[in-house]
Amino acid sequence: MVVDEFTDADVDAIFRALADSTRRDIVTRVMNDGISVSRLASRYEMSFAAVQKHVAVLQAAGLVSKHRSGREQIVRGDVTTIHRIQELLSYFEDVWRKRALRMGDVLNDDNRENR
Amino acid sequence: MNVTSHTDVEALTLTTTAELSATLERSWQLVSDPRQLERWWGPPEWPSTFVKYEFEDGGRAHYYMQGPDGERIHGWWKFTSIVEPREVSIEDGFADEHGEPSGDLGVTTARLTFEPIDAGTRLTIHSGFESAEQLEEMKKMGMEEGMREAMGQLQAILDES
Repeated sequence: MVVDEFTDADVDAIFRALADSTRRDIVTRVMNDGISVSRLASRYEMSFAAVQKHVAVLQAAGLVSKHRSGREQIVRGDVTTIHRIQELLSYFEDVWRKRALRMGDVLNDDNRENR
Repeated sequence: MNVTSHTDVEALTLTTTAELSATLERSWQLVSDPRQLERWWGPPEWPSTFVKYEFEDGGRAHYYMQGPDGERIHGWWKFTSIVEPREVSIEDGFADEHGEPSGDLGVTTARLTFEPIDAGTRLTIHSGFESAEQLEEMKKMGMEEGMREAMGQLQAILDES
């Protein structure tokens, strides 16, 4: 999946993937460190197969990657996708922050006029 | 002035909080009076002018932001809710030169809430986006504005020499 730019299909996949609380939990857990599918499965009250299905949805959305280590399958968060969205929001965070600072300037101007 | 903000990646929202050193009534004029709004909506290099401003529930606004080379980018607002002098919610989008929604890049939302505090007024802004793709496109456009601005400055230097 190309993370520089999202297509409609990419965005749909990301939001469908994150719409489920178990899947959000999985993403949070594997963000810093890789965790095996079997260890993940032991943390949830659901079958190994069900957890594997959740991981597959996250993988299709580009939010996690899966690789084999011996007999284990290790799931790891794909930070680039999350970072890309974070970066975009930060840009608009800056737009509003600057607007708020300009509001302060408008109010300061009347204080000056009253002095 | 103290400005804080945080983003929610999953919900595609951002929240900005500012403490304004003015009374609630005075702070409210920043949104109720288009002449004051013009002083903070657009960046200094892209000042905004509101040519229509129906400040009432369901009312519409039409504005443009003019760049250094004279180019105008038009936008529209719809006031989805106004609770004077506490809260105003708007939808914001791109418009044609007559202020009619162009449909480009979809719609973003903003809710501005004013509350009195000891130091003056706390303003909380909740801003929402439709999709990550919309964010991409809008950011690209913002970047292009920045680029045009840089080109305009370059031109000014060339004209002087």
